[in-house]
Amino acid sequence: MKTNGYIEFDLDGEELSSVHARLHSVKQGDNERSFRIVNPRGKHAVAAGLNAPMDVRIDGHVGFYCGGMNKEADITINGQAGPGVGENMMSGLIRVCGNASQSAGATGRGGMLVIEGDASSRCGISMKGIDIVVGGSVGHMSCFMGQRGHLVVCGDAGHDLGDSLYEAQIFVRGSVDSLGADCVEKEMRPEHIETLKGLLARSGVNADPKEFRRYGSARKLYNFHIDNADAL
Amino acid sequence: MTDPRALRGSATFPPEVIREIQRAADQGVYEIRGFGTKRKIPSFDDLLMLGASVSRYPLEGYREACDTSVMIGTRFAKKPIELKIPITVAGMSFGALGSHAKRSLGWAATEMGTSTTTGDGGMTDEEREASKTLVYQVLPSRYGMNPDDLRRADAIEVVVGQGAKPGGGGMLLGQKINERVAKMRDLPQGIDQRSASRHPDWTGPDDLEIKIHEIREITGWEKPIYVKVGATRTRFDTALAVKAGADAVVVDGMQGGTAATQDVFIEHVGIPTLPAVRQAVEALQELDMHRKVQLIVSGGIRSGADVAKALAMGADAVSIGSAAMVALGCNKPVYHEDYEALGTAPGFCHHCHTGRCPVGVTTQDPELEKRLPPEKGGRLMRNYLQTMVLELQTLARACGKSHVLNLEPQDMVALTVEAAAMAQVPLAGTDWVPGKNNY
Amino acid sequence: MCGIVGLFAKSPELQPELGRHLTAMLVEMTDRGPDSAGVAVYREPVEKGWTKLSLCNGHAEYPWETLSQEFADDFGREIRHEQRGSHSVFRIHEDFEPIQAWLRHRHPELRIVSAGDSIEIFKEKGLPSDVARNFSLDTLSGTHALGHTRMATESAVTTEHSHPFSTGLDLCLVHNGSLSNHNRLRSYLRRHGIDFQTDNDSEVAAGYLAWRMREGATLDEALQSAMKDLDGFFTFAVGTRDGFAVVRDPIGCKHGVLAETDEWVAMATEYRAIAPLPGADKASIWEPVPGQIYSWSRS
Repeated sequence: MKTNGYIEFDLDGEELSSVHARLHSVKQGDNERSFRIVNPRGKHAVAAGLNAPMDVRIDGHVGFYCGGMNKEADITINGQAGPGVGENMMSGLIRVCGNASQSAGATGRGGMLVIEGDASSRCGISMKGIDIVVGGSVGHMSCFMGQRGHLVVCGDAGHDLGDSLYEAQIFVRGSVDSLGADCVEKEMRPEHIETLKGLLARSGVNADPKEFRRYGSARKLYNFHIDNADAL
Repeated sequence: MTDPRALRGSATFPPEVIREIQRAADQGVYEIRGFGTKRKIPSFDDLLMLGASVSRYPLEGYREACDTSVMIGTRFAKKPIELKIPITVAGMSFGALGSHAKRSLGWAATEMGTSTTTGDGGMTDEEREASKTLVYQVLPSRYGMNPDDLRRADAIEVVVGQGAKPGGGGMLLGQKINERVAKMRDLPQGIDQRSASRHPDWTGPDDLEIKIHEIREITGWEKPIYVKVGATRTRFDTALAVKAGADAVVVDGMQGGTAATQDVFIEHVGIPTLPAVRQAVEALQELDMHRKVQLIVSGGIRSGADVAKALAMGADAVSIGSAAMVALGCNKPVYHEDYEALGTAPGFCHHCHTGRCPVGVTTQDPELEKRLPPEKGGRLMRNYLQTMVLELQTLARACGKSHVLNLEPQDMVALTVEAAAMAQVPLAGTDWVPGKNNY
Repeated sequence: MCGIVGLFAKSPELQPELGRHLTAMLVEMTDRGPDSAGVAVYREPVEKGWTKLSLCNGHAEYPWETLSQEFADDFGREIRHEQRGSHSVFRIHEDFEPIQAWLRHRHPELRIVSAGDSIEIFKEKGLPSDVARNFSLDTLSGTHALGHTRMATESAVTTEHSHPFSTGLDLCLVHNGSLSNHNRLRSYLRRHGIDFQTDNDSEVAAGYLAWRMREGATLDEALQSAMKDLDGFFTFAVGTRDGFAVVRDPIGCKHGVLAETDEWVAMATEYRAIAPLPGADKASIWEPVPGQIYSWSRS
């Protein structure tokens, strides 16, 4: 259905696979690139695998893997998101206006995931280049094995933050229940404040970069033979 | 001078155990190595085929057709895969293997009409080009995971575990991580790559169903989706993979190899391929899904005889990994001095984890890779596959089968009580199946 | 592995519709549990001195009328029953223990699926929609209810293996996850007088809670110690006479959703099971924090 400048899909009647057939057919430079999905009712994999610049707004709560493996699309979830929102996303922007369940942005390789509310446990698990900005707090084991990218938490972080961390960088404004193995607090130098300022600006989340602390890898687990822990 | 008659070794502490205890005492960390289990376990070698004679009629030599083709992914996928031979190449990562080895496998598989499989670390362009039918693995670590590769794959394999290490992750040591491998995996060069032991965004078969659904939505329901498990509680795992919506189940027995993991995993976790096939087939039959959800079996498949026996047990196809590497030259008695430098010798080498593969298979070193020109590797691999198919057909014809999938458990007997119990076929020359027939 | 749903009616207007809403939630969880389904509904409490039982022997044709007559003859007390699918709900003017002893002795073929003042449990193998139809679950009224859909992992698919598991008078448990130390725990609990009907891991969790509470623990204390003694992954929902409690294991692998409006409180493994409830889109929704016990009860 076409309404004021966007095409609307109602998941109460339409099959998700036919909605995806339409969304996946969008090409770079197409005119019709604005979509709205209503009545998601917790369905899974909504707007997954999008592959071109477009705007998709989802009104309602979604289940698992919303926006999974997204490339280039700008997806807004006007509701709560289930597990694995934006999993393995490559680029583009996903915004969750509510809270997100566990493993948000898991293994994400690029783009930005904004969660305006809280994210549950394992937020940014195995992240590989994505930038995640959480307006609220994150649950335990967040950024587990984080490889690349940034996790910004404006609230608090649960226990074992950044366990087995590689090179992802973590910024937390509030308290941290505990740090995981090989995760340490690091000095917040001017360049980090600049980076954080940029991330916050892109995310549209309002916070003062100076109030954050920075966490990163101690790099002690980097090699099986621990005699070259300074690799890098 | 010690009198050798006075020496008595300990069965509990033979030299290799003493060596391992002292290595542990020196280093304070477990041994990590490549390859598969080295212990003797019941295998397809313990089964024999019953060729036709008077009661049955064989097919004639090379003339009467013996079909080897098999379709994979007929349950849900819009585009199932047709394999001309039921022998596929198992997932081995670019990273664990060098690019020459990967290309060799791809070319050979393409010529023979079968598939190869990516591995942890993603898909390379060379691999996609070389292999006409390419299975893309979705692993717990998701190194190199990319939706474009998902879309350009011919089938997708969700890897839950592998036979060498069910329940564990892998460890690609830093010495193998050159610039290209590091970049593909979004990690700095030269550091160890720990692979997670479970997927980051789903737990359990109920969530796996949702994961499979997501992959189908992303790829338009076109591609077959396999679920690969390491053999442990195979009956349950097979049934759950089916319930989660798999098109095919890959069962990897404990003989399956690895690029690098803890020796304690390789030698002490999992069950042999032989009982695993039986359990998987039984699970499929209980769900009335045998031949509807295809079963691919791997772990210690080396010859056409192994293939014939696996198919007779009820597999739809097999997968080879270590054997493919051996065909490319793994453990070949050449470059003795390089084996020696690794502290090993041809026939004993399991040093895939070091990246110093003397024959250029499991290495990223350009000098070592030169020892395996892809054209040569492709020819070796094709010849090997060709030989296995001929062996398979020979056995199938001898059993009177015009299609290799018509081999049955009743075409076999067991040489040992153990194999009879595990495979549930009678001990040769008897009607005895341990646990059955009122014995 | 499974789907769990729970619904607690805060407003009396919702109570007649409880079964209908719960059925919708249950059916929504079919993908998570196609093997069997079951519900525990708390409704129409019996008067003091009476006991309510759900009985089952696996066949709908069981001569329940004869059983009632036999009981009335032996006890000389009032008994009423109402058949629902393959189960029958009995209201008996007698304490639980003598009834239990009598049933064990005279009718070992029958299983007591639940016992208490208000609990009724109905469970069976099959698709959730079929199970719901067989028991006419949508016609049930009640104050609160739990439901479960099961995808069997390691134990058999039978009615006995289906959830909810009764854990004591007016208590039941449903589980999503898998326990890794249930075999040794089961043999320990057996030695301490807890009965088990199956090799199912979730039944061990139920038996564990029953044992702890028999030893004097409150439900809260029993759940606290369960988090220490049970290994593996779990989300439990426990039904009580007055409400229900939800807890996730401290590792927190299996997800869950809680939702609340002025009319109801709901819990489910996935939000899509809550979505069909009236006003779900306006509900406040959150995920239970691992290791924390959430409970609701009417005071």
